[in-house]
Amino acid sequence: MENNIIIDLKNISVAFGDNQVLKNLNLYIRDGEFITLLGPSGCGKTTTLRIIAGFTAPDEGQVYFEGKLINNVPPYKRHVNTVFQRYALFSHLNVYENVAFGLRNKRMKEKEIRETVKQMLELVNLKGFERRHINSLSGGQQQRVAIARALAVNPRVLLLDEPLGALDLKLRKDMQNELKNIQQRLGITFIYVTHDQEEALSMSDTIVVMNNGIIQQIGTPKDIYNEPKNAFVADFIGESNIVDGIMRDDFVVDFSGHRFDCLDKGFAKDEAVDVVVRPEDVDVVPLEKGMLKGTVTSVVFKGVHYEMIVDIGGFKWMIQSTDEQQEGDKIGLYIEPDAIHIMKKSEYSGMFGDYSSFSEEYDELSNAEEPEEADGEEG
Amino acid sequence: MKILSKIYTFLVFFFLYIPIFVLIIFSFNESKSTSVFTGFSFDWYLALLEQEDILNALKTTLILAVGSSVISTVFGTAAAVGIDSLRKGWLRSATMGVTNIPMMNPEIVTGFSMMLLFVFASKLLGISDSMGFGTLMIAHITFELPYVILNVLPKLRQTDRNLAEAAQDLGCRPVQAFFKVVLPSIKPGIITGMIMAFTLSLDDFIISYFTNGREFQTLPTIIYSMTKKRVTPVIYSLSTLIFFSILLLLILTNLIQYLNEKKQNKTSD
Repeated sequence: MENNIIIDLKNISVAFGDNQVLKNLNLYIRDGEFITLLGPSGCGKTTTLRIIAGFTAPDEGQVYFEGKLINNVPPYKRHVNTVFQRYALFSHLNVYENVAFGLRNKRMKEKEIRETVKQMLELVNLKGFERRHINSLSGGQQQRVAIARALAVNPRVLLLDEPLGALDLKLRKDMQNELKNIQQRLGITFIYVTHDQEEALSMSDTIVVMNNGIIQQIGTPKDIYNEPKNAFVADFIGESNIVDGIMRDDFVVDFSGHRFDCLDKGFAKDEAVDVVVRPEDVDVVPLEKGMLKGTVTSVVFKGVHYEMIVDIGGFKWMIQSTDEQQEGDKIGLYIEPDAIHIMKKSEYSGMFGDYSSFSEEYDELSNAEEPEEADGEEG
Repeated sequence: MKILSKIYTFLVFFFLYIPIFVLIIFSFNESKSTSVFTGFSFDWYLALLEQEDILNALKTTLILAVGSSVISTVFGTAAAVGIDSLRKGWLRSATMGVTNIPMMNPEIVTGFSMMLLFVFASKLLGISDSMGFGTLMIAHITFELPYVILNVLPKLRQTDRNLAEAAQDLGCRPVQAFFKVVLPSIKPGIITGMIMAFTLSLDDFIISYFTNGREFQTLPTIIYSMTKKRVTPVIYSLSTLIFFSILLLLILTNLIQYLNEKKQNKTSD
């Protein structure tokens, strides 16, 4: 076993009743890294976190902390601390006592407690809030207290369960930076759970994409975005056009009735594959210069660019461009070889990446369910 | 319309409070008459102090009320925690049903069946005169329990389940976590439950009547036995005193609540 692995999950399976939440999950976490468990609601990411914290016992499998089996170690003896989704602050205590809670359990001297609390409140920019009542704080401030409280006991690993979910967009962006800064300054391991792919991309060293209790891909944010392993990952992280293609040879792929050069190799000759093209990687060109030709069916102004749906032979592509097009325009599309990513066929093939049923409202509807991420923990 | 509603409100309060006012006025009456106010005096209050059986009953009632409400609060809170931890399903519904029945059940049935049980149990154990303070206490705890449970349960449901986990996360054993974090969060429910249990015990006549035995009298049972004979204004003075004690208690709880809210608002500025 490598030296710097701090947490190692081996063959973890969990079911709540008939609901199989985790299926034979294997994951190791390096000391000092910022790792994010990313996936839709009910994918098992929170359950994974709870297993590491000790609140949920796995039905099968082993949890190792620095090489030692900790399956039977209760939460209060583990060197990990949690920042809960809804903060779980002790509202009968003031800010000072909340942060001091863990220190008092360690029977620290009052003087040391005072020092540590002061340090922690400075770390999260809440200097002078000691005497404030929890209910008098804003969501962002409560969030900071929760982080300070968990960090005060000097954990080796900090677990964060969708900590920014309840904050508004601006505040969330600020907190993302701040969390990343805190993690780098303290040098401890952060395990972060979120369903927000943008959050995951901007903060993490490593991203673990999960769905239906199975890890889909583990990698750096760049790997995950540029080299998604299957259609699920490609669709979940950012926007993707996913079309059926056939690998004619190394570096040559056919899709949408055209032959393209690409940078992928190692597939069988004439193997059926999934082809991913990101909307921002497609160039709009005059009709006669286009590799592909299509009709614009909708245009939405997004601020930095226009988002267009383009019908190419019945398949709806999403294209992002800074040049405005009109609905009904016929345009040509040009795709560079490095904009094309080839994936092996998987169980998710054909389920994602077509924008024919695309609507903004639908996207928001499916996001609204997210806070319910209970992972079947209903007591 | 406005005038009508005012008249209506006045009538409601009039009929609610006029009997109590009459009672208070006549407790200060010089003579025994319940129709003519002959003059102001404290005679009946002085007479009350000399009635040893009433004072004894008052003592018993207070001890009983404090004792039974404290015990039922401890048991009831524990039970509520247990019920709250049950998964939704037949077991939980069944437990809730069993909890609710004593409240719905007519008191006379509860009282009578308790008496039967105590008689039966004492025969079985060979005790001759078993009815007394002990049986009263058991009976009172029994009928107070559901009220405590029903006051604590909603508070538990409102409490974030992660709260106890957060405490354990920060180094508390599960039991410590309960006392340090969950208990403060459900405290308001526990206190209301206890006050309710206390007043119910103070107030109870029917169940006490069946379970107190020959010797033991609570305030309600002794008042009842007094009414069998000729009613003396001593009862008025006693009732007046009880009324003002309750009024004082009410004002106090409201005052405490008000001060607490003020304190909370102050810290949130």
